[in-house]
Amino acid sequence: MTARPDQGVRAVGTFERLDRRMVVMRTLVTSGIVLIAAVPAGMGIHAEGRSIPGTLGILAGGVAAIMIVTMLGEYLRWRATRFRTTPERFEWRFQLVVTRRRSLARERIRTVDITASPLHRIFGLATVVIGTGQQAASGEAGVKLDPVARTRAEALRVELLRRTPAAEPEDEARTRQQAQQLEQQQAPLATLDWRWAAYAPLSFLTPALGAAVIGFLANVVSLFGPVGGLVDDARDGARQAIADVAVGATMAVVLALVTLVLFVAAAGAVGAALLFVEMWWGYRLDREADGTLRVRRGLLTTRSISLEERRLRGVEFVEAPGVRLARAGRVDAVATGMQHGGGSERTDHKTLLPAAPRRTAHRVTSAVLDEPNAPTGVPLAAHPRAALVRRLRWSLAPVLVVAAGFGVAASLTEGWRADLAGTAMWLCLLGGVPIAALVAWDAYRNLGHALAGRYLVSRGGAARRSTVALQRSGVIGWTVRQSIFQRRVGLVTVTATTAAGSGGYQVRDVGEADGLRLAEEAVPDLLGPFVERTAQS
Amino acid sequence: MTESVRLRPPTNRLNPRCLAWWRVRFALVVLPLTLVVAVLGVLLVPALLILAAAIGVVGSAVSVLLPAWWYRVHRWEVTDRAVYTRTGYFWQEWRVAPMSRIQTVDTARGPLQQLFRLATVTVTTASAKGAVEIAGLDAQLASSLAEELTETTQATPGDAT
Repeated sequence: MTARPDQGVRAVGTFERLDRRMVVMRTLVTSGIVLIAAVPAGMGIHAEGRSIPGTLGILAGGVAAIMIVTMLGEYLRWRATRFRTTPERFEWRFQLVVTRRRSLARERIRTVDITASPLHRIFGLATVVIGTGQQAASGEAGVKLDPVARTRAEALRVELLRRTPAAEPEDEARTRQQAQQLEQQQAPLATLDWRWAAYAPLSFLTPALGAAVIGFLANVVSLFGPVGGLVDDARDGARQAIADVAVGATMAVVLALVTLVLFVAAAGAVGAALLFVEMWWGYRLDREADGTLRVRRGLLTTRSISLEERRLRGVEFVEAPGVRLARAGRVDAVATGMQHGGGSERTDHKTLLPAAPRRTAHRVTSAVLDEPNAPTGVPLAAHPRAALVRRLRWSLAPVLVVAAGFGVAASLTEGWRADLAGTAMWLCLLGGVPIAALVAWDAYRNLGHALAGRYLVSRGGAARRSTVALQRSGVIGWTVRQSIFQRRVGLVTVTATTAAGSGGYQVRDVGEADGLRLAEEAVPDLLGPFVERTAQS
Repeated sequence: MTESVRLRPPTNRLNPRCLAWWRVRFALVVLPLTLVVAVLGVLLVPALLILAAAIGVVGSAVSVLLPAWWYRVHRWEVTDRAVYTRTGYFWQEWRVAPMSRIQTVDTARGPLQQLFRLATVTVTTASAKGAVEIAGLDAQLASSLAEELTETTQATPGDAT
């Protein structure tokens, strides 16, 4: 081989490959799927008149062919993928017919997440996802190494997140020693309390999970023809009952419905609890010596999520509807460079603490932010009454419109239809109006804002209450919005824009003077020069 | 005695040629629509002629009046510390982006804007929701402004997050 111009570069950090066990692992997975698929295929071939040995021969040939193709493909992929760490950059390249390269500046690397599915764990492997701060729409922002050896993954995490890549060797040794000492001294910021599992079934997912279980059972039942007849019988029975409108039969239907609802609820609760166990088993939140927060959790699939503290701009305390009734909530990180909008996977990536009692959440928040008191727990200034009026209008309008619709229908029709529409109208008015009013009152009471030390705190939300504490130094602009309706009653919505989290956090329907003063005080010199004050008598 | 606090309007108006630009933009919608309806009226249903006339009258009125109003409402200002804009009337919006947090400064000129020698300057920060847009500056002013902003922001260290 002749000398190549890039050999000198290569000496700095040598290229390495993914773990070679990936070929075996992927081939095994594919063969598993193929073998399962082979059963119905074999039945089909046999039914077409082939003998059993002939059928088996065809199947074996097919399975073997697919396995070989997979193995070859995975081998090529393994050969083609290489990565290395140099003092300045992390480089990844894929060289097979076409060459794809990705090079991340190491100082831009913000997250190194490690996940290991059960299959990975059997082989002692893990997936590493390296993310930069970019909020790219596609997956271009980061690099995924799938798989590397578990120990290598851990080493990569430490290596890539260490802040001083070019430190002197002895310095490095010393810092590492200090780091180890620190790690030993520091207890985790939070560990799992099994009582939190009780909040899991309160999630809105519960009914959906229950329905999924029922759907699955129904499918299983319908697989068995004669038993499936029962379902038809039941349906016919229900029809009969409705047709008869006999009190006894109706009672039976009601009973059946109640049983079904209870069953769905129970199945959902069990499902949610199981999901919680899978997701949060072994949960612990640590502050690592290298200035990162690290969440480790997971029963079957283990996850390790690291977040540089330098990127943390605050936290969000989220009280989901059911959980809020139990006076609990979860804590999410508000950090720059977090990809969002990518579905629920991303949501749990930023979760620092699962739904836990408020006091625990505040304690963890204050530990995470290194503040004596959790800013999400401070008393907040209420917003003007006009905000309540707006909320009442929003929540009552749809109810009244629907009620009016029924009213019109009642006046236009005759007989039982008019009765039905009339009843519906009254139900709407008597049931809907108080509920709507309560929702509006709750949404109004949830509004609040404050300045707590280094943090700007804002709370809002109707059923799902969310309190965000945003570092004042993380505010990189203001948007003040005032609709013509708000102008009439002297309200504004102030949005603090930030590089972190969702990009902007609102203080909704705050009094005009209060809101502007808040913005002015939170970040002096930014909005200040554009605010004018006039004395009014 | 109480104190009233409010945001003052930014000092600068957009370029007066914006009036023409906005009016042409309206005309490009209103005229073809009127013509199509009028042609249909001549060929098929005479009643459509009334509709065409209505569209024409209302459209012209809007084309003349609305831009005049927009011109009064849209304002901008660049100080040595921040970029500040005000837009809208029914949903009025004030936006501030500090110089130290500006990441990119873009100028864009659509075909119509080129005709009127106008340009749009968009200033973005690291926030997904923090972009400040000034649409309708004199093209030359826009490019010198963009240059000036770029220089100022390059002088600021850090990644502005």
